[in-house]
Amino acid sequence: MLQIRWHGRGGQGAVTAARIFGLAAAVYGGWYAQSFPSFGTERRGAPVTAFTRLDDRPIRDRSQIYSPDYVVVLDATLLESTDIFTGLKPGGIVLINTGREPVMARSPETRVYILDATRLALEVLDTPIVNTAMVAALAGTTGILSLEAVEKAIAAVLSRDLATRNIALARRAYDLAKVLGSKEAIACDG
Amino acid sequence: MRAYLNGNEAVAAAVKLARTEVVAAYPITPQSTIVEKIAEYIADGSMEADYIRVESEHAALAACYGAAVTGTRVFTATSSQGLAYMFEMLHYVSGCRVPLVMAVANRGLAAPWTIWADHQDAVACRDTGWIQLYVETAQEALDTCLQAYKIAAHPEVLAPVMVCLDGYVLSHTEEIVEVPDQETVDRFLPPYRPEYSVDTRRPYVFGVGTGPDLYPAFKYNQQQAMLKAKEVIKEVERDFQAHFQRSYGGLVDPYYCHDAAVVLVVMGATAGTAREVVDELRRQGEAVGLLRLRSFRPFPVEDLRAALSGAGVVAVLDRDCSFGYEGVLATEIKAALYDLREKPLVTGFTGGLGGRDIRREELAGIFHRCLEVVRCQDEGTGAVLNGYWQK
Repeated sequence: MLQIRWHGRGGQGAVTAARIFGLAAAVYGGWYAQSFPSFGTERRGAPVTAFTRLDDRPIRDRSQIYSPDYVVVLDATLLESTDIFTGLKPGGIVLINTGREPVMARSPETRVYILDATRLALEVLDTPIVNTAMVAALAGTTGILSLEAVEKAIAAVLSRDLATRNIALARRAYDLAKVLGSKEAIACDG
Repeated sequence: MRAYLNGNEAVAAAVKLARTEVVAAYPITPQSTIVEKIAEYIADGSMEADYIRVESEHAALAACYGAAVTGTRVFTATSSQGLAYMFEMLHYVSGCRVPLVMAVANRGLAAPWTIWADHQDAVACRDTGWIQLYVETAQEALDTCLQAYKIAAHPEVLAPVMVCLDGYVLSHTEEIVEVPDQETVDRFLPPYRPEYSVDTRRPYVFGVGTGPDLYPAFKYNQQQAMLKAKEVIKEVERDFQAHFQRSYGGLVDPYYCHDAAVVLVVMGATAGTAREVVDELRRQGEAVGLLRLRSFRPFPVEDLRAALSGAGVVAVLDRDCSFGYEGVLATEIKAALYDLREKPLVTGFTGGLGGRDIRREELAGIFHRCLEVVRCQDEGTGAVLNGYWQK
């Protein structure tokens, strides 16, 4: 089983990211999947987490996710207030949307990748919404989902015009992440 | 069609597939997205139904009641305080033998205020004459709503049905759902055409006043119909299985109960997590099993006796409490087994209140505690088993 935790702020689309990733896996990727928000009320700008589980058999576990394999951070300012590494499995992957290498304490067993998804989103969408880019980036970095599956899921969840532009963004992010995934993670640098 | 839906979307899909004709509801978390989705279907023309906007849950159920006696297929949904506010109307609907279907996205009751899941809201409506079916997955939520219409309208039942799904854990969790095609649903579920309905050309009186001479007979008939529903729920599920190749055990859903020394009894989505724990303990050689109670009312006494009589210890996990006594399900399971000559020890555990997560480790802990008691019983050393409250 693979467990993913998504960190974002209310309004940034972390819950939708968890869903798009699950949909891509479950309907277009040959996996079983389950996704859910951190249960409760959400406020714009406040920290939000969402979760996706993938497995090659039906998922029956209904408990919360405490030890993710992957952590995706949509907003690097969360690093100041949230321990995004909580429960992360040894050898786990962290993917952060940021333009510069963040300063943070991390275990040597953790692989951290950074991607400036905000810059990409501004170029392609003209707005700094990065959820689809980060979905594609996780797919690309880990290789667990094809770009095609991600594109189909985006098309199924978003309205046509939004979907077209987000698919263009996802392609850029996926290609960048493919290269990223084949490189040494930044945690190994220092 | 293989879709990726949360429990609320699965319920909305079922309501549309059932060709429901009237919907009246008042929003409340975590139910709201069910009726929001239905409103979308009606607005975009993909569902032909009247959506009645109302000022409260009490009015919602009153409107549904009125619509249903005109012979239309009706749906509403609620949670928690909203269900509590419907309490008076619940009795009108069941007493008048109106077969409407309501989804309850289970949520704890205030105070203290909470929006998260437990079963207190629906369990507190145990004695209202409604059938209550608790589901484990989004797929089962969809399928049970379709079954519910057929059970409710069965001429020997004529009772309303609550389809209960755990708030958030099911209502807001997406997973794979096979959405059946309209043609198969139409074959399974014909239009609702009751024998008696409000019709100016054929006048009848509904919801009459009765004296002490007539009232007991009405209540007796209601009780007989609810007892009959046990058979009908199973029959409808066999019919459902024939049409859709899926089934859920009817009234109870036993998992490795046949040779189990310890059986855990739960309602709702916790069963999924418990299955993982049972598999894990079975791999370690422990004789444990799970019984998911699907029908809380009518209460399947016979099926429970058959499934639990061989166990040494039965652990009942309640997501509710009858304050001043114990978990409601624990009391009911004890009563169901009372007449057995050889009966298992039954102990209640209280957990998952107000959305508290029920983790595998906790369920494994309950099993281990009970297995220890079984070992002591076998050795003749005697042991006292006390349940506990997850705090």
